[in-house]
Amino acid sequence: MAPLLQSSQPWVEKYRPKQVKHVAHQDEVVRVLTNTLETANCPHMLFYGPPGTGKTTTALAIAHQLFGPELYKSRVLELNASDDRGINVVRTKIKDFAAVAVGSARQGGYPCPPFKIIILDEADSMTEEAQNALRRTMETHSKVTRFFFICNYISRIIEPLASRCAKFRFKPLPEDIMSNRILHICQEEGLNLNSEALSTLSSISQGDLRRAITYLQSAARLYGSSISSKDLISVSGVIPEEVVNTLLAACRSGNFDLADKEVNNVIAEGYPVAQILSQLFDLVAEADDISDEQKARICKKLAEADKRLVDGADEYLQLLDVTSNTMRALSNTPEEFSYDS
Amino acid sequence: MLWVDKYRPKTLDKVIVHEDVAQNLKKLVTEQDCPHLLFYGPSGSGKKTLIMALLRQMFGPSTDKVKVENKTWKVDAGSRTIDVELTTLSSSHHVEMNPANAGFQDRYVVQEIIKEMAKNRPIDTKGKKGFKVLVLNEVDKLSREAQHSLRRTMEKYSASCRLILCCNSSSKVTEAVRSRCLNIRISAPAEDKIVKVLEFIGKKEGLQLPSGFAARIAEKSNRSLRRAILLLETCRVQQYPFTHNQAIPPMDWEEYVSEIASDIMKEQSPKRLFQVRGKLYELLSNCIPPEIILKRLLKELLRKLDSELKHEVSYWAAYYEHRMRLGQKAIFHLEAFVAKFMSIYKSFLIATFG
Repeated sequence: MAPLLQSSQPWVEKYRPKQVKHVAHQDEVVRVLTNTLETANCPHMLFYGPPGTGKTTTALAIAHQLFGPELYKSRVLELNASDDRGINVVRTKIKDFAAVAVGSARQGGYPCPPFKIIILDEADSMTEEAQNALRRTMETHSKVTRFFFICNYISRIIEPLASRCAKFRFKPLPEDIMSNRILHICQEEGLNLNSEALSTLSSISQGDLRRAITYLQSAARLYGSSISSKDLISVSGVIPEEVVNTLLAACRSGNFDLADKEVNNVIAEGYPVAQILSQLFDLVAEADDISDEQKARICKKLAEADKRLVDGADEYLQLLDVTSNTMRALSNTPEEFSYDS
Repeated sequence: MLWVDKYRPKTLDKVIVHEDVAQNLKKLVTEQDCPHLLFYGPSGSGKKTLIMALLRQMFGPSTDKVKVENKTWKVDAGSRTIDVELTTLSSSHHVEMNPANAGFQDRYVVQEIIKEMAKNRPIDTKGKKGFKVLVLNEVDKLSREAQHSLRRTMEKYSASCRLILCCNSSSKVTEAVRSRCLNIRISAPAEDKIVKVLEFIGKKEGLQLPSGFAARIAEKSNRSLRRAILLLETCRVQQYPFTHNQAIPPMDWEEYVSEIASDIMKEQSPKRLFQVRGKLYELLSNCIPPEIILKRLLKELLRKLDSELKHEVSYWAAYYEHRMRLGQKAIFHLEAFVAKFMSIYKSFLIATFG
């Protein structure tokens, strides 16, 4: 018998704020958009900021609040990076959608302003040509269409597009606001989370609420209703601090064989090396007893190893190379090898 | 039947090595709400065993009846159709495959088969729709495009199929895929765990294991359980009853590599390089993956070198392995590493002994 499937929604979707005013910590945007709801008018918008800060949520919420469930389908076009967004789509699909004129029939208590909304999620992954093709479309149809661009890096949006929009930066969520939200979810789902686990969750998710909620859900599925900070760490794929600390300690010891043993250990435990590199970087950058020059040498190698890993190089060899280099940097051995002719 | 297969735990309850993971998985399945899963860990740590046991836990013994099929898919790729051929292993509840074998066409395979599975969903006795499980091996070898198309398909068809992904290193799986799965790290078993398993097998087979023998095998196995069990069986075939100081045979290719290592330590000349080339070719033509050769060679060299040279040699090993990955012909890079080593070692000898 095949097991039945519960209609299980990811918590990220389940607890997505439905109204603009519930979006946490982004006061500026919320104020402007609440104003929009009253006056039923708004400029083109450009939301940018790190992942998990509520950009998509805000855009979807305002669209829903403006049009309501009935008109939503005909008034809002949502495209994200997984849809095809080459220059052809811009020329046909977006243009056609933008060109249609609509009236402002007020329906069922929703403002229903006389324009449509096109939400372009992850707009920084659009090609430059596609962005260029949008310029004219934005202006010609500005009477009946509003564009919402959402991106992580504003520098990848071409200047002509950016200058046509009202820009809003989304700030990473501070710890207390994040904790509030997490505690709320824990209460709803009947989870037991102690304060240590809560602070771990905030620190491993680095201001990304979506990531925090995903970790929380994974941990809840795997370990049941009471979650410790250890469970969260194992689910998130973050490497326990002591592992990285021992690795760095081995580098400080100056003993190559000891470091080799540590590296072997790390690989056998199955920790992803890319993650180790980034945590090692944090550790090195914050260390007080390492001179700036040494830090620079270590970080240079970290960057190189990261690139090599992306190319598919072997994890063991790269990590060994990094530790060996770190060791040499810490003991101030000259950078050039002595026997390389 | 090899012992490796014979003593593979069939259910999650019988798993010895990763008891905690197994229990958690069991809890996960009994709650009837199984997310997509991503298993990662070094080879021989028991990923596959856990997956098979998990499937059995989900669907019952019918997952053991598998058939091997060599399927061909006709795929529409824009203007033309491509034939993609791939071997799959399937039961009535799950399909297992290795999409990386399809080369650059892997993304079509992934999409096609998932769509096919979604079309004919299994229906259980109560007339409710169930789901099938697709097990994908070596996802870290999938191309970027395939991984990107996976993330879309994972969401779209999540009602009708669950994915279980399995790979060695999770850094090569894109963040987007990883964040959609429940990640489960399977670490290589510690040596005492391996000893426990070996003793368990010994008892079942009625063997007399001298004290310390299992520990020695475990040490040789490099923390790979599969390797350890195979070694035990080899020893059994070679000589039984076991003696205290019985030699544990190393793999013949490892011996061969250590021969190469001592060769190039002894003499550094173009002539020796030429001889070593023959040996490297021999290894490659016996299907030993080049990066494994390089790693082993480095290990052998590191054992014999002075500590000041170790840094230098490991730097170049990392350098050439990376180039090997970018390039096409492994032999060039292996040979370049050997030549580099010779030159370094020679100037080291000259500097020390004059």
